Amino acid sequence: MTQQPVISCKNVWKVFGSKPEAYLKTMPEGHSYDEISADGYIAGVKDVSIEVSRGEMLVIMGLSGSGKSTLVRCFSRLHEITSGTIEIDGQDIMSLSEKELIELRRNKMGMVFQSFGLLPHRTVLENVAFPLEMRGQDKHTRRARALEVIKLVGLEGREEYFPRELSGGQQQRVGIARSLAIEPDIWFLDEPFSALDPLIRREMQDEFLRLQGLLGKTIVFITHDFDEALRLADRIAIMKDGAVEQCDTPDQIVLHPATEYVRKFTEEIDKARVITAKTLAIAETKGTGEAVSADATVKQLAKLLVHDTREVIPVTEDGIIIGGMNRTDGLTLLLEAD
Amino acid sequence: MLDVTKKTSDKIELTRHKMALILVAVAAVLMVLRYAGLLPEALFRLPEAMIPPFAIWLDTIFNFVKDDLGLLKLTRFLTGGLEALLDTTANLLFGKRRWPNLGPIPWTSIAAVAAVLGYYLGGWRLAVLAAGTFVWTALIGQWKIAMETMSVLVIAAPVAFVIGITLGILAWRNPWLDRALKPILSVLQTLPFFTYLLPAVIFFKVGPTAGAVATIIYAIPPMILMTTLGLQKVPEEVVEAGHMSGCSRWQLLCYVYIPSARQEILVGVNQVIMLCLAMVVLTAFIGMPGLGAKLLAMMGSFKLGRSFEIGVTIVLLAVTLDRMSKAWVVKQPAHFEKGTPWWKRHVMLLLAIAAFIFFVIVSQFIEVASTVGRKQNFSQGKELDNLIKGFLNIEVVKSTTYFLRAFVNVQILIPFRNFILSIPTPAVILLVAAFALWLGGRKQAVLAAMFFSLVALSGWWDRSMITLYSVISAVSIAMLIGLPLGIVASRTERWSRRILLVCDTAQTFPSFVYLIPAIMLFGITDIAVIFSILIFAMVPLTRYTIEGLRAVPHEMTEAADMAGATRMQKLWKVQLPLALPTMAVGFNQAIMFAFFMVIIAAFIGTQDLGQELQRTLAGTDLGKNFVLGICVSLMALTFDLTIMKWASDQKRALGLGE
Repeated sequence: MTQQPVISCKNVWKVFGSKPEAYLKTMPEGHSYDEISADGYIAGVKDVSIEVSRGEMLVIMGLSGSGKSTLVRCFSRLHEITSGTIEIDGQDIMSLSEKELIELRRNKMGMVFQSFGLLPHRTVLENVAFPLEMRGQDKHTRRARALEVIKLVGLEGREEYFPRELSGGQQQRVGIARSLAIEPDIWFLDEPFSALDPLIRREMQDEFLRLQGLLGKTIVFITHDFDEALRLADRIAIMKDGAVEQCDTPDQIVLHPATEYVRKFTEEIDKARVITAKTLAIAETKGTGEAVSADATVKQLAKLLVHDTREVIPVTEDGIIIGGMNRTDGLTLLLEAD
Repeated sequence: MLDVTKKTSDKIELTRHKMALILVAVAAVLMVLRYAGLLPEALFRLPEAMIPPFAIWLDTIFNFVKDDLGLLKLTRFLTGGLEALLDTTANLLFGKRRWPNLGPIPWTSIAAVAAVLGYYLGGWRLAVLAAGTFVWTALIGQWKIAMETMSVLVIAAPVAFVIGITLGILAWRNPWLDRALKPILSVLQTLPFFTYLLPAVIFFKVGPTAGAVATIIYAIPPMILMTTLGLQKVPEEVVEAGHMSGCSRWQLLCYVYIPSARQEILVGVNQVIMLCLAMVVLTAFIGMPGLGAKLLAMMGSFKLGRSFEIGVTIVLLAVTLDRMSKAWVVKQPAHFEKGTPWWKRHVMLLLAIAAFIFFVIVSQFIEVASTVGRKQNFSQGKELDNLIKGFLNIEVVKSTTYFLRAFVNVQILIPFRNFILSIPTPAVILLVAAFALWLGGRKQAVLAAMFFSLVALSGWWDRSMITLYSVISAVSIAMLIGLPLGIVASRTERWSRRILLVCDTAQTFPSFVYLIPAIMLFGITDIAVIFSILIFAMVPLTRYTIEGLRAVPHEMTEAADMAGATRMQKLWKVQLPLALPTMAVGFNQAIMFAFFMVIIAAFIGTQDLGQELQRTLAGTDLGKNFVLGICVSLMALTFDLTIMKWASDQKRALGLGE
């Protein structure tokens, strides 16, 4: 974890209004979101510092209007930030010329959009090949590559269809395939499954996890659905009024909410589904008998917790016992859920 | 806090309406003084001496630009290029002796290609319509004049398209250009077409070239507007997807924006084609040969049968072009399975080429397939003439038209006209300002007063008032018929669709055609003028009434039903108030159409601005032509600004969105 973060942003502000730069310079320290609004400006992103390391999946969560989409558009410089710095692989993206920025997007970044953002006049194949076409690859290689990704997302046989002929889930597969065509290092997904109905959403999440298992990209994923966040995230950042309230692993957010807002946000969550044996393990006690895996959630261990008679159950990670879990702690969590 | 703002806005509203009433009161006082004979003459009409010689000033400016700045040289240079293009199409379509000396293309070939194109765009029906139009034109013996018209159209429409889309893109990229273009476009759209014609003649020689130029300029504004609109409507995410795919600016425009705005741009193309057709027909007034010229000549000599036949040709052409371009708007690219052979992907193109060549060969051997001779056509001019005259002589028809002529004209229209002419100029200005203040707001009122004062200063006040009188009376009568028709039709889905189809079709007719039934029924009278405006203006009124009423959300009518409203209560309390903003748009369009038509009606014989405008076409009175045109434009703009402001205010207040 000592390697350089892929995305690193420091004190990033994005203010909307007539003269945001000038306003931000004269604005008193510690102005709240409402105070800024009263001045006729909107703080889309408010003093955010965050890092994403290689291969990590960061999920940004928040209600609509909390600034999560704005933040991710700052990462890819679809929005120009008002102040602060954003570095991608150690390079300050605000200092890039238009040409360099286009190069960066052509080679390193992929993005998936909530309402897909497909070009209506192009077939599936042409949509997927679009980024390759833009960077000037010849027809033959881009076709070959596009077919490869189309196969990867399971749309084989639909290459010649137009977006309007596809279902929502299929359209988003096209969106995903397009964002993967250039083999990006960094993958932005802006509420990719929100526009889909629940059954399809579940299916697409599984599909997404499968792809991520294959590809291992650095991912920034936006959602307003906590269940989705819990299923996918390595870390979760919770945003409110443009600011990040807390950024931590899912179980830490559930167990130790940093602010009142986060606590309320996570209140309804079934903690047993989030908290793992590792979190409950106490290093001083070891317990006896058969050990449980550190990654297992309390929910997954429910049967064992109820039927076992041991006071302390040993927890193992990579074959080493890292501590013991009090059975009553687990049971308490399980019962709390209802 | 919300409450406070609402109260203050109420207060503003109150004073606004109060002020409007005060203006009306002052106007009334002026009128009473006038009738009592106490008003000084100078307050009744602006004295001659005070009228600035705008026409002369404008002429000086024009002459300076034309000769000293060398604009004439430039335009004459441009004329060369345009003339070459027009000669080429003229040769191909009706065999004018110019390069490439290949034509004329046999009519059968054109009809066959039109049929294939129609089938490709919209299936069998469109194929039959397209082929039918051209077959009719050939058989009725109007092929040559129709092709004269088409030869200008096929050049003017693409040129207008290219200029329009380019300006549209530029205006979308540069907000300052957009801001600068908007007012110019709205003036251009209200400017009477005679004002397009004279400069075209002066700068581009009489004949097809001038006709083409006037047509092009006339057709550009909607293309600009539709392009800008379409580009603005491209979804944000599609644009962002383009950015993230690494598009450069140029790539973004060509591969993302323009294809995504395809529909709006094609709607623009449809409008360009229709306006071009309407204008090409009207260029007859500056001596452009073709359908329009023939129609003008036939109507002038009261040959109603032939006029009717030409009218049908024009209408058929209009409907075909409209349906085809509209089918193109909704046509989506079809996908072919992998491995479809080349010829199968392009089967329609190959078919069209084959049909074309086939008929070219056939016409080498069979004369009729190439051109329908003078004696061979099926024109029934004489017989139709007699038929129409017979119809008009039927006792019922005769007495109806006579009643309308005698009673409506003498008892209503003429007194109304005299009344309008009797109002003192300042009173009219005050009344118009009050109207604008009441409906629009302070800004609209100031503009209205300014615009009408300019009309007064132009020195054409009485003629302007006659124009205004024709517009007001025609639109009022149109409302009396159009609104009930729309309300009744909107009751059932089926009738709504039928009437809307009629309106849609009627709207594609070039305005000139509307003169034919008017002259047929009422001859050369004032009532014919009103009648032609009336049917033209009724179309948007009926159409928007239906659309407005049909767009009222179902929950609201259902809520009214559940509240126990009778049909009448529902109509008056729920449907009409909600449909009113949309209906206002229709009303506005009706007024704009009326201002347009009233000028064309000058052909029948009026005493208004149109008549004077038409007279200027014979000479080189560019200054006078412009002054007259601007008068029409200013009056139309006053209504346009006020009514559209009211409609958008109402829409916002009702939460119906922009």
